[in-house]
Order: sequence, then structure tokens, then C-alpha cells
Amino acid sequence: MRHTITVLVENEFGVLSRVAGLFSGRGFNIDSLSVAPTNDESISRMTIVTRGDEQILEQISKQLNKLIDVIKVIDFTGGEAIEREMALIKVTAEDVSRAEVLRIADIFRGKIIDVTPKSYTIEVTGAPAKIEAILELLRPLGLKELVRTGPVAIGRGAKGWKG
Amino acid sequence: MKMTGARILLECLKLEGVDTVFGYPGGTVINIYDELFSFKEIHHILPRHEQAGVHAADGYARATGRVGVAIATSGPGATNTVTGIATAYMDSIPLVVITGQVPTALIGNDAFQEVDIVGITRPCTKHNFLIKDVREIATIIKKAFYIARTGRPGPVLVDLPKDVQIATTEFHYPETIELRSYKPTVEGHPKQVEKAVSLLLTAKKPVIYVGGGVISGDAAGELRALAAKLNIPVTTTLMGLGSFPEDDPLSLGLLGMHGTYYANMAVTNCDLLVAVGARFDDRVTGKIATFAPHAKIIHVDVDPTSIRKNVRVDLPIVGEVKDVLSKMLKATEEQGDRADEFRKGVEPWLAEIAGWKEKHPITYKQTSATIKPQFVIQKLRELSDPDAIVATDVGQHQMWTAQFFTFTKPRTLLSSGGLGTMGFGLPAAMGAQAAFPGRQVIAICGDGGFQMNMQELATLVQNRLPVKICILNNNFLGMVRQWQELFFDKRYSQTCLELPIDFIKLAEAFGAKGFQATKPDEVEETIKKAFDTPGPVIMEFKIAREEKVLPMVPAGASLNEMVLNA
Ligand SMILES: Cc1cc2nc3c(=O)[nH]c(=O)nc-3n(C[C@H](O)[C@H](O)[C@H](O)COP(=O)(O)OP(=O)(O)OC[C@H]3O[C@@H](n4cnc5c(N)ncnc54)[C@H](O)[C@@H]3O)c2cc1C
Ligand SMILES: Cc1ncc(C[n+]2csc(CCOP(=O)(O)OP(=O)(O)O)c2C)c(N)n1
Ligand SMILES: [Mg+2]
Repeated sequence: MRHTITVLVENEFGVLSRVAGLFSGRGFNIDSLSVAPTNDESISRMTIVTRGDEQILEQISKQLNKLIDVIKVIDFTGGEAIEREMALIKVTAEDVSRAEVLRIADIFRGKIIDVTPKSYTIEVTGAPAKIEAILELLRPLGLKELVRTGPVAIGRGAKGWKG
Repeated sequence: MKMTGARILLECLKLEGVDTVFGYPGGTVINIYDELFSFKEIHHILPRHEQAGVHAADGYARATGRVGVAIATSGPGATNTVTGIATAYMDSIPLVVITGQVPTALIGNDAFQEVDIVGITRPCTKHNFLIKDVREIATIIKKAFYIARTGRPGPVLVDLPKDVQIATTEFHYPETIELRSYKPTVEGHPKQVEKAVSLLLTAKKPVIYVGGGVISGDAAGELRALAAKLNIPVTTTLMGLGSFPEDDPLSLGLLGMHGTYYANMAVTNCDLLVAVGARFDDRVTGKIATFAPHAKIIHVDVDPTSIRKNVRVDLPIVGEVKDVLSKMLKATEEQGDRADEFRKGVEPWLAEIAGWKEKHPITYKQTSATIKPQFVIQKLRELSDPDAIVATDVGQHQMWTAQFFTFTKPRTLLSSGGLGTMGFGLPAAMGAQAAFPGRQVIAICGDGGFQMNMQELATLVQNRLPVKICILNNNFLGMVRQWQELFFDKRYSQTCLELPIDFIKLAEAFGAKGFQATKPDEVEETIKKAFDTPGPVIMEFKIAREEKVLPMVPAGASLNEMVLNA
């Protein structure tokens, strides 16, 4: 099962490699990982998308907690979080397809951020499923380049995790 | 007062109560050694290889319960420590290893003797640090010791660049330290303990399965009291040997691959298993699907990752064994009559176990022509001091020691269990002897593993460390040969050591003494002579070359599928 895990870590040298090393060393999957400092500069926040059965997820979360630099681990599974991802998509746009690309971008509230006679570059954000959906429509028109941030997640409701 | 970083390091060690360090000099630690030259409060021992230095610090830690300290220079010095660090990591032994590093300005430049030791040791340390500023030294050393010894203990490496050792600053050592990201659980949750005791008291066929956590958590007393109070048989892992007296009728000895018939039968047939400071290693469980198939499992461990890692657990308790066992003991005392009823209820179970003990005791066939290794181990027990410390190497001799020595006190067996590091025994004994100059320390080695760190004979002689070294010489890499005999048609590929080594002359070359026994009736005399001779001594026993360690659960088989006889 797919899990989105948020990890608050000390914003210190080497922490990313400790986390990445934990996943590779123990054979856990990482589908995506994004990391940046939080409002509290001493803390970084990672969002990791991973897969595994219940026992593996329990181990992942325990092993993350065991790392000395990890302050908090939150497993956001079960819909209590909002996830957003951004994609930058460079797509072939010539002759007839130019209008089609624009239409699709518009439907997904994408922005055109670069234009050439042969291509459009689209910026789109949304839940991972939305990104998948626009990609599916654009793929037949010719994807030249794709970059995705991987999702970030935040809990629903008034309560906030410090940092 | 302003001090150099090197001096600050030594002051920190002193304030942590470090009296002995094992280290090897080199270019990037020369400033530390220069400070050490006039620093009298710390005794420095110079091993002949950095790996041995770390094993010695590890042996010191296992024997005393304190943090062991080792120092090495950058580059090759640092890489030589890796096996020692990984050994300590797998067995949860508290160490602080300090490595020199090239000056900060050169880091990343492929400088002379530069290696990314923090990167290399990340997966085999509990934590590690690179110090970049002299003002950080005191806090980081404080953190290093705190992390090494608390929670589930483990090795911590501190990498200290040369320019940071030379820089100066005011020295101030923090009295306490708090880490928002590291707060190990000490106390077991009272509700969980209560539930555990209720569950325990419903059992008719209970077994307590004890591991290294009871030794590192200093809870042998609590364990013994609980087992005695409730009449519960106790089996221990290799790492747990000594936590429960093996001469107690409730002791089942070792379990697992080379465990006793009765321990493995008891675990397979029990209806309740209380795992205390043990981690369900595959050498212990055999085939997971058939491990303790009828039992409810209670698991006490300070490290949540140990729980439910390999086996299902019905009742987990996270906390220090000492705290949890004493709470359990208290709760059972409050049960009064129920505890007495329980004691009576387990009588049939104890009788069943006694039957297994009688049917297949731990044994071997004595002969008059060749020395049986098991006989040597029994004689060593008989003739050694009751509080003697035994360090083993890795292989058949290690298992024979585990099966036949009869350990009764915690911290008297020092053995590399998790990593199974050949070459561990001699330097570990050296570290223990440095910690306890007045106690008898015995290193039990195979002829193969002894050769992996035999240069330490020099360190023993130089530092007057009177370790008694027993070499069980089968002229084979015996443990591997045993597998080849049983599972590879006796194709002894590269396990015969062939070249006969004159260990007696070897001892003499280092200025030590050596004695040899080739026949059973020479064993006792040889041991006595070795024990009576001052200083380090090698006693070499030419043993039956193809003796096997039995019982044996073949890898991947169920615990009750033991090979009992050859
Ligand atoms: C050749 C060879 C053969 C072997 N055969 C066997 C065999 O037949 N049987 C056998 O048992 N082993 C055998 N071993 C050893 C085996 O590989 C493991 O090292 C051993 O079984 C692990 O012991 P343990 O479960 O006690 O764990 P340890 O490694 O000692 O771990 C201790 C556990 O206790 C926890 N802990 C630590 N401190 C505390 C505390 N204060 N409070 C609470 N919990 C704490 C830790 O978190 C950890 O989970 C063999 C090794 C070799 C090299
Ligand atoms: C460093 C290292 N290399 C290889 C092994 C694999 N190994 C385990 S036991 C063993 C044989 C040990 O031979 P010896 O020291 O003579 O002891 P014996 O088994 O004969 O008692 C070997 C090679 C190991 N455990 N450690
Ligand atoms: Mg041998």
C-alpha cells in the first residue's frame, strides 16, 4: 500500500543521507522524497512516499524514529492529509496540437511558463492523481521533458505540527 | 582558560570518567598524542592494529558496562576501525571512536589520507559526528557519550579534523545534555506491564527467553527473582549467557541453532514466551513459521524496532529491562495466591522439560586418544576462578564454550554474536584485562581466528596484561568445515589451514609463554601450568580435528528439527 510519511528532522549536514541510507540499506522503497527547511530554520521537513505492507510500514516509521536526527515521524495515510505536487511539463506543440495543449492546460488550471514555436512548457500543481491525469492527456501529443517535485503533504484541520 | 581542541578532547574524556583508551597515532591525531604525552589521568594502550584497538575498547565495555574509547588516525587508521565498529554495533555495545581527519579546508579534495569515515560508518554506528569548529567539541563529545550509553547502546564515531584540534577556545563542559530528537523510553508502560502479568499468569507452559539486553541493562538480579518467584524456566541467547546462572535447575542454557535439545523443545512447545532484551535473531528462531507456534509472545525491549521485526508479538513493552522486570515482579507479588497457584500449575511442564533434559543432555563422546574440545572447555571452567572473564573468537570453539562453560555471572562472556567477527577474541580479552588487571581473563580462540589478530601478543606483553589464551587447534576453519561436511559432501574447499604453526615458539617470539597438550591426560596439567605462570600465556590443545558442534538446527529448519548425533 502507498504511504505518505512526513519526517521532521534537524536541519543538519548529512541528515538526508542518513534517511536515504536507511531506505536503501533496509530495502525499503522510496517513490519520491522532497525536503526543505520549515518556518523554524533549525528544522527541515521531508515528505516521503513509500510502499509496503503494514509490518514494513511499522518498521519504516520505527527505524526513522530511531535515527538520532529525526524529531518526528507522521504517517499520513487514510486521507487525513492534503497532498500537492507540482510538475513542469515541456510538450510538443506544433500546428494543430498547439490549441489542444492549451485547452488541456486550461482544464487543469495549468500555466504556460515558456513558449517556443515548437513547444509549450506547462506548470501544473495538484494532487498526484491530477498530475497523472494531465500527463495521460499530454503524452500522445509528445512529452519532451517532465519534472515532478514529488508530493508534499499537510494535515487537515486546525492543528499544526510545529516547524 | 583557553585550550587547544586536542586538549579539550582529553578534558572531556576525563570528565566522562574515561580511565583507559586504546589508540594508534598518525598524522591527523599527532596533536592529540602530543597533549596526551603530559596528560596523566588517562592511560593509553597502544594495540598493534586499529581493528584490535576497537575490539579492545569493546571488550572493555562488555566487561565493565562503561563506554569503551578508541582513537585512530585518518584514512587507513579510520578504515581499520570499521570492522570493530560494526562488531560493536551489531551487539549494541557502547563505544566512542575518535578519528583524526584532514584539515577542514582540505576535506573533499582527496587529500593525503583522507577518507569519508562519517559516510563509511553511517550504517554501522548508532550516530556519528564531524566536528567543524573547536567550539563544538565539548558539546559533541558530551552528546557522543550520552548517545552511546543510553537507550539501546551502540558505537558513536567522532571525526575530528586536524585544524580543529589545533584551534583554541575557552573550555566549558556541559553538565547535562538534552536532545529534542532523541528521547529513549526508560519506563515500561504500567498498563502494559499489568496486562503482561495477567497474561503470564494464565500460562501453563511458560518460558523466559533472555538476550543481551538483560546484561547491558544490568537486570540479572530482577530476572532471577522473577523466574524463581514464578518457577519459570529460562533460556538465553549467546549474548544473554551469564544473565541467568546456568547451574540453576530452571536454566535451559542456550537456545537456537546450537542450543540445547531441551531449550529448543521448550520453546517449540511452550504456550507463553516472555522475550526480554532479545531480538529474535535468525540463529535463534530457525524457521519463523514454526517458531514457538503455540505461544503467546510478550516482548520487552528498549528499542521499538526490535519489536515485531521478525515475529508477531501479542504484548509489546517498550522500556528498560530493569524497570519492566522489577515492575512485573512487584505486580506478581501483589497477586499473592494466584502466583502460588501458578507455581503449582507449571509443575507438569517442568517435569516434561526434565524428561527432555534426561533424554538428550548436552554431551559429547570422550576418547582417550585425542583431546575433545568440549572436555577442554569443561576443564577450563573447573580450574578457573568463579569470576573469570572469558572472551571467545568465532567458530566451533565459540559454540563449545557457549555449550560447555556454564556461565553464571553477567559480563563474564565476551563474544561477537551479531557480526561474528573472527579476530575478536584476543583483543577483546585484552580490553577486559586492562579494565580488570586483577581478574582472570581467558581468551578462547580457534587456530584460524587467533591468526587474525595475533599481533596483539605484543600489546599484552608490553602492557603486562596476563591474558590466558586457549587455542583449540583443529588445523581447520572448523565451523565452515562442519558445514562442508554436512551440506557439501565433505568437499573441504579452502578450510584446511595446512601449515602447522608452532604456537609455542610464536608466544616466545613475543616474550610470552606457551604450553601444548596433545593428549587428554595432559589437558589439566597444561591449564594449571598456564594459570600458574605469570603474564600472558598460550595454551594450545591439539583437538579432534573433525569434531562437530551438536546439536545443530540446519539453517532454515525448525527448532525441533535438530541434528543430534553425527
Ligand atoms: C557461529 C555463530 C553461531 C551462533 N549460534 C547461535 C545460537 O545457536 N544461539 C544463539 O542464541 N545465538 C547464536 N549466535 C549469535 C546470534 O547471531 C545473535 O548475535 C544473538 O542470538 C543475538 O542475541 P540477542 O537476541 O540476545 O540480541 P542482542 O544483539 O544482544 O540484542 C539485545 C536486544 O536487547 C535490547 N536491549 C539492549 N539493552 C536493553 C535494555 N537495557 N533494556 C531493554 N532492552 C535492551 C536491544 O534493543 C536488542 O533488541 C551465533 C553467532 C555465531 C557467530
Ligand atoms: C572475519 C571473518 N571471516 C570469515 C568468517 C567465516 N567463518 C566463521 S567461523 C570460521 C572458521 C573459524 O575457524 P577457527 O578460528 O579455526 O575456529 P574453529 O571453527 O576451527 O573453532 C570462518 C572462516 C568470519 N566469521 N569472520
Ligand atoms: Mg580451527
